[in-house]
Amino acid sequence: MDFTVALAQIKPKLGCVADNLGLVEAAVERGIQEKAGLVLFPELALTGYFLKDLVPEVALSLDSPEIVRLRELSRYISIAVGFVEVSADYRFFNAALYLEDGEILHLHRKVYLPTYGLFDEQRYLARGERFRAFDSRFGRMGLLICEDMWHLSAPYILAMDGATTLLCLSSSPGRGITEDDRLGSTAAWQKLTATSAMFLNCRVLYCNRVGYEDGVNFWGGSEAVTPGGEVTARGKILEEDFLLAEIEEGALRRERIFSPMMRDENLSITLKELRRIERERDC
Amino acid sequence: MSKLTVNTRLLRKILVGFIREEVGKVGLNRAVLGLSGGIDSALVAYLAAEALGPANVHACIMPYRTSNPESESHARLVAGELGINFEVIEISSMVDAYFELFPDADNMRRGNKMARERMTILYDHSAAGSALVLGTSNKTELLLGYGTLYGDMASALNPIGDIYKSQVWQLSAEVGVPQAIITKKPSADLWAGQTDEQELGFTYREVDELLYRMVDLRLNRKELVASGFAPDFIDLVYAKVQNSHFKRRLPVIAKVSNRTIDRDFRYSRDWGK
Repeated sequence: MDFTVALAQIKPKLGCVADNLGLVEAAVERGIQEKAGLVLFPELALTGYFLKDLVPEVALSLDSPEIVRLRELSRYISIAVGFVEVSADYRFFNAALYLEDGEILHLHRKVYLPTYGLFDEQRYLARGERFRAFDSRFGRMGLLICEDMWHLSAPYILAMDGATTLLCLSSSPGRGITEDDRLGSTAAWQKLTATSAMFLNCRVLYCNRVGYEDGVNFWGGSEAVTPGGEVTARGKILEEDFLLAEIEEGALRRERIFSPMMRDENLSITLKELRRIERERDC
Repeated sequence: MSKLTVNTRLLRKILVGFIREEVGKVGLNRAVLGLSGGIDSALVAYLAAEALGPANVHACIMPYRTSNPESESHARLVAGELGINFEVIEISSMVDAYFELFPDADNMRRGNKMARERMTILYDHSAAGSALVLGTSNKTELLLGYGTLYGDMASALNPIGDIYKSQVWQLSAEVGVPQAIITKKPSADLWAGQTDEQELGFTYREVDELLYRMVDLRLNRKELVASGFAPDFIDLVYAKVQNSHFKRRLPVIAKVSNRTIDRDFRYSRDWGK
């Protein structure tokens, strides 16, 4: 179905869950006013990114008042939002929720926790173990968190699981200044979102944050990308934004007719070869 | 072909945003910096004035009696062009009073003392004016250790610490730093006739090309030699980076507890901001 998506390119405060919940609620209200069907927030929207030892202090369980509040709001608009989840056995996950009609429709725990360069996620966080597509009122979707998207297998699995919309929540630090009018990280992400959409005949909705933490900037540039790889809306670079994009069902239908790669994708060949690779690696 | 050319409009936007946001996070809207008359502090003054408004930037011009008079006039030129507040605070009496006790002190000790004297003045003005101290050390100086620990290297925020001197020149032209300041030979102005490049033994442009490949691109020694850098030059610069590393770290703490500051007690400085 056709729908309007809102990409809330916010600037979370590091470690301030109450303040950030306020930012999220305000953007949700705005989304409702603008008649959007779905509003996306960045990775770790409720907490900020470089948490380090703050992780246990800002973590929320799924039955926390904050999540209950967001579930309530999802009666009026569907919400995808990033936060730190604490499980009953006290593992802490970089997680994202898809909330709709007052329910948690899907929980994704970030699988690929970057721990190199300026990243240190595996030191503080537990790793998610699955990629699963889920049905929403806007069709079948997949939810990924930032680095997940850089592992080709992650969006591939979701697309094979039937997702036609890929949601990607991000806190991407800006880096790599050159002669180009974009940072290296911006240019790389823009290639990635468009190429993933084209490879998988899926629309990609990408929400990235802005602001600075300890001198590191987050560059924004949230995007709505058609299944053909065309960017129909792009947020401001390095500034807060609230972006509305019209998602047209027909664009998905037409792309899947013109470029039926996902129809032709052969699961059994892929599995056979992956199993062989696994066997050969074991010896 | 230089790899150091940058998109100055984008760089300016990032650094202006950095000053505005990081000052604001502390609950302040003002900054203070030392204006030496050189290009680095001039550039930071331009960025700060753009980020915070000229009325919220306070410059201290702190000459010593042997400082080149041109330095003070260039510092005044910057302050005047920007319309920022400034005052001239001579450090001669404080520094001389100290060295009356140690008349044999060499140039290095005297230069370090001057840099630290200026630091104490900036931090006093920080408290007096509720203004954060902006650092003006560039990436080249920081990597080579060409600065005084707890002197000119001390600051609350440093907008230009990740850009090389060659990039400082480019960005200075973009933001409108007066041409006379961009084109003059860089000098710490610690004694008469001193120039950085003479003291270092190589030019900033040469060392920036090397540092960029060594640090940013992580080329190894063999690859650097193949790129045309002299082995002696590579070894000299590598040693400078290594030997000055202590200047880029907090003091080393002897660990005895389970949570030691900065080792297993880790929080961002922007904690709660």
